[in-house]
Amino acid sequence: MLVLTCPNCGITAEETEFHAGGEAHLTRHGPGASDDDFEKYLFMRDNPKGVHFERWRHVYGCGKWFHAARDTMTLEIFGTYTAQTSTVPQDIIDKITDRRPDWQKSDAR
Amino acid sequence: MKKYSAFAIAREALRHHTGWTRAWRDAQPKKRYDVIIIGAGGHGLATAYYLGKNFGITNVAILEKGWLGGGNTGRNTTIIRSNYLQDPSAAIYEKSRSLYETMSQDLNYNVMFSPRGVIMLAQTHHEVRGYQRTAHANALQGVTTEFIGPEKVKELVPIININGPRYPVLGGLWQARGGTARHDAVAWGYARACSDMGMDVIQKCEVTGIRSEGGKVTGVSTNRGDIDCDKLGMVVAGHSGHLADMAGFRLPIESVALQALVSEPIKPCMDVVVMANTVHGYMSQSDKGEMVIGGGTDGYNNYTQRGSFHHIEETVRALIETFPMVSRLKMLRQWGGIVDVTGDRSPILSKTPVDGVFINCGWGTGGFKAIPGSGWAMAELIAKGRSPLTDAFGLNRFQEGRFIDESVAAGVAH
Repeated sequence: MLVLTCPNCGITAEETEFHAGGEAHLTRHGPGASDDDFEKYLFMRDNPKGVHFERWRHVYGCGKWFHAARDTMTLEIFGTYTAQTSTVPQDIIDKITDRRPDWQKSDAR
Repeated sequence: MKKYSAFAIAREALRHHTGWTRAWRDAQPKKRYDVIIIGAGGHGLATAYYLGKNFGITNVAILEKGWLGGGNTGRNTTIIRSNYLQDPSAAIYEKSRSLYETMSQDLNYNVMFSPRGVIMLAQTHHEVRGYQRTAHANALQGVTTEFIGPEKVKELVPIININGPRYPVLGGLWQARGGTARHDAVAWGYARACSDMGMDVIQKCEVTGIRSEGGKVTGVSTNRGDIDCDKLGMVVAGHSGHLADMAGFRLPIESVALQALVSEPIKPCMDVVVMANTVHGYMSQSDKGEMVIGGGTDGYNNYTQRGSFHHIEETVRALIETFPMVSRLKMLRQWGGIVDVTGDRSPILSKTPVDGVFINCGWGTGGFKAIPGSGWAMAELIAKGRSPLTDAFGLNRFQEGRFIDESVAAGVAH
């Protein structure tokens, strides 16, 4: 059972109160985009073994979206942060490198 | 390979069973193979088997990082059916189901195929219409299915409660030729047949890199040294994204955990497979008497081969409503497998951006039923460069918008 903290309302709760929303920080390609970019946005996913940045929604709470950094191999949650950003905040990256010194952030997609 | 038969059992009984030999050789990797298959689960072994049987390609290695059939092949609920909606799905799943019928004879290995029949319950009006549509589509595809009413469901499954307060049973999609098979035996049977054709099944051999030159594959690096090959088949289900990353491309796949559990063994009480997709539960009774129960997937990416406890609770809660007797059962074991889910819930059998590398993945929550058909089609794809069974399942369909939408047939339950 994951325990997540919603950065919007500050509540810490079990995963049943939240809903997972898939990979975070995807670039949204729309009208005028190439087929390649649109396919990447809709379907292509990093699906890493290890650190994963993802969207969550506090459905049975404040209802707001937020982002989380989580390890898909150990289910450790490094931290949660606002959804109103296109980059991972430095304090989250610091928390990850603190726990995973060898981890390298892959390029933005 | 010594043939298994009633005569062989009698012969061995007379000499204290001293004459049985290993079912497959414990092979060591050679320097080079014509074809390397990564993943010795059902799909990988079936691919190798049909490469040898249908195309005479036997200089083949099947590499497995763990033990044979230890991934999703040993973690599923063994259900076999082919009642899908879209034509390309019906073609490959029905091919697969029909191959299961003669598999024990073909492999000379008892896979305990039991065509006991599969019911998919319709518990909402949407499902009634959805399954009626599927039944009509199946009729056009030549797949024998039938939409049956609640009385017929009750007749087939006496322990069911068709008047549940939340989700009454309004009917069901019945495939009489569906059923179950013993999952370990499928992997073991194929491994024995592959080994007999001279192929190397190499366990505890983890691929750590994929080598290519000028955009063409030349071999793999493993924890047991480099191995060269002309063609490479990746058949690793949940870990496909990880391997694709090594080869330098991405996949439209996310890996999530799917759980199953079994009860204590009880006397025979249900001789068909029942699936209830609305409430995310499905159940059959094994030959040992255990009720084999499958549930839903977790919503988030996961490689831990276990799942969230609350999903088990949801599944069991739903099943108790539909099968009240389940409430008296103790559950014995629970486990999870990592399933590779695509955007349209259909598999990928395709060439890849790297020449000579072929991929077979994305079977998501329903790969077991597809093992022989998938192997048959994948072998043709590797040997000839294309197969009528795989044409629609290419990686390019996501860019071209030619989805094979099976989210109704395959969304959760299998």
